[in-house]
Amino acid sequence: MATAVTKIKFREPQIEMSHGAGGKASRRLVEGLFAPLLFGSSPGPLGDAAHVQINGTKIAMTTDSFVVKPLRFPGGSIGELAINGTVNDLAVSGARAEAIVVTFVLEAGLPTEILEAEVRAMADAAEKASVKIAGGDTKVVEHGKADGMYVTTTGIGRLLSGVEISPQSVRPGDKVLLSGPIGDHGITILLARGDLDLEADLRSDTRSVFPLVQALVRECGAGVRWMRDPTRGGVATSLNELARDCGLGIVLCEEKIPVRDSVRGACELLGLDPMHIANEGQFLAVISSQHAESALRALRATPGGEEAILIGEVHEQPDSAVLVTTPYGGSRLVDMLVGDPLPRIC
Amino acid sequence: MCLAIPGQIVAIDSQNTHLATVEVVGVRRKVDLGLLQDEPPVPGDWVLIHVGFAMSKISEADAADQMETLTMLGEAAAAIEEVRGYGLENEIPDYPPQRWKQ
Amino acid sequence: MKFVDEFRAPELIAKAGEEIRKLADSDRHYRIMEVCGGHTHAIYRFGLKDLLPANVELIHGPGCPVCVLPMGRIDDGLSLAAQPEFIFAAFGDMMRVPGTHGSPLEYKARGMDVRIVYSPADALKLARNNPEKHVMFFAIGFETTAPSTALTLVRAKAEGLNNFSVFCNHVTIIPAIRAILDSPDMRLDGFVGPGHVSTVIGCRPYDWIAKAEGKPVVVSGFEPLDILQSIVMLLRQLRRGEAKVENQYTRVVPWEGNRAALRVMAEVFELRPYFEWRGLGFISQSALKIRESYGTWDAEQRFTVPGIRVTDPKAAQCGEVLKGVLKPTQCKLFGRECTPEQPVGALMVSSEGSCAAYYNYEHRKPITIANAATR
Repeated sequence: MATAVTKIKFREPQIEMSHGAGGKASRRLVEGLFAPLLFGSSPGPLGDAAHVQINGTKIAMTTDSFVVKPLRFPGGSIGELAINGTVNDLAVSGARAEAIVVTFVLEAGLPTEILEAEVRAMADAAEKASVKIAGGDTKVVEHGKADGMYVTTTGIGRLLSGVEISPQSVRPGDKVLLSGPIGDHGITILLARGDLDLEADLRSDTRSVFPLVQALVRECGAGVRWMRDPTRGGVATSLNELARDCGLGIVLCEEKIPVRDSVRGACELLGLDPMHIANEGQFLAVISSQHAESALRALRATPGGEEAILIGEVHEQPDSAVLVTTPYGGSRLVDMLVGDPLPRIC
Repeated sequence: MCLAIPGQIVAIDSQNTHLATVEVVGVRRKVDLGLLQDEPPVPGDWVLIHVGFAMSKISEADAADQMETLTMLGEAAAAIEEVRGYGLENEIPDYPPQRWKQ
Repeated sequence: MKFVDEFRAPELIAKAGEEIRKLADSDRHYRIMEVCGGHTHAIYRFGLKDLLPANVELIHGPGCPVCVLPMGRIDDGLSLAAQPEFIFAAFGDMMRVPGTHGSPLEYKARGMDVRIVYSPADALKLARNNPEKHVMFFAIGFETTAPSTALTLVRAKAEGLNNFSVFCNHVTIIPAIRAILDSPDMRLDGFVGPGHVSTVIGCRPYDWIAKAEGKPVVVSGFEPLDILQSIVMLLRQLRRGEAKVENQYTRVVPWEGNRAALRVMAEVFELRPYFEWRGLGFISQSALKIRESYGTWDAEQRFTVPGIRVTDPKAAQCGEVLKGVLKPTQCKLFGRECTPEQPVGALMVSSEGSCAAYYNYEHRKPITIANAATR
């Protein structure tokens, strides 16, 4: 079984938009520039959260920044994303979020009522997720910068007992589990921007997935090999990262992957693949085959987990890649996203 | 050049009759009907949409015909082979149907 | 999705695959070209090659309007729009295509006002809503898309919206097919014809391929069943030694084409005497330009176009891959200097480009138990 990350050197002369998009370019930046300088010579796989030992206690820590246009959209807003996103990063690393600190970078000229609405949204989201907002910081920049506001949240959490998540523990025969329909968030945002003139009854799926993760861990313990919340770059990017980290192949069954009708319609119209679209309220898990059925039952019995489904399994081949089988005996590889998903007409 | 999707006309814009709201599984967009001005479609019609313009009306009858032909694939050939064995070649209908070749 | 899902029915696809295997003469190796890039994309997306026997080979044709656009035209368009009051509007497909100094998205990151539009009508709307700016729409596409650009220009003129222009790169499909058939290295048995182009031009324009070149053409839809059925129809013709034009996509393609679309194209456009196609060189009467009567809305008549010509790097074999002479993997730059992230040529950027399709969907695919069974 191949091991983790190959040594990449970051050679690009300047930072481009693609470096922040969550796909290959982002990975190059993180693995080729940040990791060697910040994490030493053997960084190991880079997960959603860091696990730090302090006097014998293991805590999980994560940080994320939120840059969203428009700030408000059906189903949520930047404030909710900021709280749920960090809670979820901790959750999929096997931890319960305990406390979050928030940084605002505000654009001069931002109407106060907008800021207030976001702060309210964050307070609500934090309460729903049972996480404490412990503090924060604010900076104001000139008009024209920060797109209204940028929000960064940093969270810490306590690891759930029985959790032993790592790409290295993934084995051929393990099953891939998805908590629910994909593409809702990314398509909602795309439509909310208004330039494509599409209307649909669609909302962002932003929510805390911790209760579902908790149910899963309670049921399977170490049977949960790996988890991830497929945000930017979608399910395809997250699974490709796993495939690369464990050196195995992820084979998915296309007809099992749940996509809402209107997400599908928008994707067909715009020529997008739902597997590349961001989600803010779903997660992926790789479960050992003996736990897979009970894991599914446990999730489906948990409020919010009713649409959970097994979508594929781990194989030796194709190594370090993700393959999707079609309902008619064909298959195709699915790669990580390069940059943001762009509508096409061809 | 080729991404075109079937959508159903749900409403014609009262102020700009060349614009229609078209729906594709719950996603709606205004589409220009100008290229179909010789036979303007009406609400309920299905059209092929490409870059926000309706390119063609979709014929349900032709689609149904095609489905039938596809369902018979293999069966028709087998039947033809069998009948050929009886020396009745000249009576076998041409495949695909004549109306597809003008 | 109606008119889509029925044509993805697994049992019928299996039957069609069966039929293809029965029809394909084991003594022959069939080389069938799908002209349209949309078909290339569909073939990979649905994994259709896995359903074909080894002696039925699909060759990817040049029907990808992004792929055949010379880099100089992108440079021209971007340099025209470099003025501060300009908005550069184009389809998403264009956004990552490399010009000499970067792609439109890279220009956007550097401060140019670049917008993605789904429709030329949306570009016109941008002009309507931004009277102090000039919106330049970078138009691409074959005959499927040209009528929409034409109609948009008609509407712009009728409205008197002068802060709008089109940089027109529309090309026509027949000269591209001629160039393929004229190529000495190309041996083809038949064509899967471009279904959506044909909704505009109809099926008659392909007559010469059947009559003069003796190759069957089946105008095809884009769902898996459409493409497989078209292959069935081609194989039947080849078995009978026939060469005819047939329409598989009857639910959408009228044999005579769309007269209203052809009329509006004729009103707005005329044929350029010649146009450069990436990889195929200069082809006469193969591209559209905007008539003088619409000159105010033609970026080339209104502004001074630099007329930049850029030769592709020698090692890039975009031309041979476009013509189907080489497979993407046979180009020396494939997967090395040229990847979807750092594309050298547009075939690696465009979602319909065969290099991108190969890279993203295919080249590392193992023969698994699933697709081995169908061989």
